[in-house]
Amino acid sequence: MTFGPQPNSLKPLINNQVDKNKVAIRAQGLNLILGGKTLLDNFDIDIHAGEVTALLGPNGAGKSSLLKVLCGEIEATGNIAFFGQNRNQWSAKNLAKHLGVLPQHSTLNFAFLAHEVVELGGLPLELSNIQTQQITQEKMSLVDICDLGHRLYPSLSGGEKQRVHFARILTQLSQAGEQCVLMLDEPTSALDLAHQHKTLQVAKELASNGAAVIIVLHDLNLAAQYADRLVIVNHGLIQADGTPWQALQPDIIERVYGWPVYISSHPTGDFPVILSH
Amino acid sequence: MQSRRMQLQRLPIETLLPLGIGLLFFAITSSIVIGPMDISFIDSIKALIPWETDLPAHIQLVVNQIRLPRTLLAIAIGAILALCGAVMQGLFRNPLADPGIIGVSGGAALGAAIAVVFFAPLVVNYPLILTLGTVPVFAFIGGALSTFFVYYLGTDKNGTSVTIMLLAGVAIGALSGAALGFMNFIADDQALRDLSLWSMGSLAGATWPGITLAFTTLAVLLWLFCRDANALNAFLLGEAEAKHMGVNVQMLKRRLILLCAAGVGVTVSLTGIIGFVGLVIPHLGRMLSGPNHKTLLPMSALLGALILLIADMIARVVLAPLELPVGIVTAILGAPFFILLLVKQKGRMS
Repeated sequence: MTFGPQPNSLKPLINNQVDKNKVAIRAQGLNLILGGKTLLDNFDIDIHAGEVTALLGPNGAGKSSLLKVLCGEIEATGNIAFFGQNRNQWSAKNLAKHLGVLPQHSTLNFAFLAHEVVELGGLPLELSNIQTQQITQEKMSLVDICDLGHRLYPSLSGGEKQRVHFARILTQLSQAGEQCVLMLDEPTSALDLAHQHKTLQVAKELASNGAAVIIVLHDLNLAAQYADRLVIVNHGLIQADGTPWQALQPDIIERVYGWPVYISSHPTGDFPVILSH
Repeated sequence: MQSRRMQLQRLPIETLLPLGIGLLFFAITSSIVIGPMDISFIDSIKALIPWETDLPAHIQLVVNQIRLPRTLLAIAIGAILALCGAVMQGLFRNPLADPGIIGVSGGAALGAAIAVVFFAPLVVNYPLILTLGTVPVFAFIGGALSTFFVYYLGTDKNGTSVTIMLLAGVAIGALSGAALGFMNFIADDQALRDLSLWSMGSLAGATWPGITLAFTTLAVLLWLFCRDANALNAFLLGEAEAKHMGVNVQMLKRRLILLCAAGVGVTVSLTGIIGFVGLVIPHLGRMLSGPNHKTLLPMSALLGALILLIADMIARVVLAPLELPVGIVTAILGAPFFILLLVKQKGRMS
């Protein structure tokens, strides 16, 4: 496997100048308290189409909860609109065509073949069998699992399963058109180095075609390399929001994570590199 | 190659369906021909033809009033149990679930016991009060009530938790088991015998209204379950995943639980508790045609019908002229098969 150098299309982002039409998700006044812990405190965020937004923060900061609230898995008070329309006004099936969510873990105890799991992504779409097969094949080659297609899903490794589900989500979003939202919850946690980059490359490509991509990440360097916008959350509030260069400041990182870091510049690309003390 | 070894030998549904239907017809014929009374193949078939009147009346009677009804009942009951088992296993995302798990079997058995012990004088008027009889009606009510209770316990404002339902089902099962034991304790000899027959299951009481009810239930369940086949496939990935794929998860759960309760309630009310069909047949179906519900549901119905028919034939002939309750046969056949599955599974995991 060879991967070319990263295309570096990092546009400088200044939030108040972004075209209102490009807002994919607008969340306002979100409040979420789980088990006595405030995970979202009157939280506002706009997610823009055509951008990769990385959600960062320490363990338990509420990154995953925020993602789950945005996609509707957890109910929270407040307002969430997709493409200018309140989420409750979307029919479940129609929303499924435009919103794909890759969970951190999926358990499937039944002996499906890997390609059958990917084909499940075609469920909300009205496609013929042949179309589904074509799209499935295309997405499987995109995430590099063509040779796994006829393996039994339960026999795959964690990282292979993760990529099977990524292909399933990509299949589900194949008919999304202009209005496309992809949410990934720690998609790289089980992946090897090459597939971490490959996965984020696919996500970035989707964004450059107009999709809004939200990724919960732990690895600050991966976020710096692939995200257009970094949102660092902690204690239910946004601690930093901006381009990698804006958000990844040593004092911010140390305050949020409680660990001192150096920020350097990547030798060939225009993005920061975080080195721990 | 490892991948080759992991790949189970599945057969396409285009092969399996005709093969299964062929086998089912063979089994139907055998079931009509075979029995404690010796009736030749030609005579058995002739007896089925209405305008053939030159057969002795007792042959006509045995074939048309005894063997044909129970053959048909076995088909419908076997198919319903296997279908409900397949759906329950999908819904609980657990291949070890069976229809008994939501408490429906225990509740139905308790309902039947109450009818037998307290309303025995009414049962003397058998056949058929309100076309069904007291015991079946009570069995159905008992099954429905316990299902509602288990469902209620498992549901809060966030939806229905299948894990809580599973545990509640175990609790309700134990409770109705205790109540059933009490019923046994206070029952007189005749009631005790009726009760034990009921709890082992038998197809001997086949009546035409019962057969009509069973086939109507089967048709409705098959139709409604198959419409949800895709949603069930998505559900296997997890509730959140299914929701993100546009499935109305709460409605799906409610619909399928109620349909399963109704299906199992009908079978228990007609034949008593026949175990292992709902647990084992869907496994067999997955081994043959894979876990996709589009093929699994029709395959399960077909296999359930076939296996229960064969089990009933065994029950009729093995101790002839005595007749074994079919529930004993399904348990004797099903339990070793299930253990074999577990051992195979264990070998594959390590």
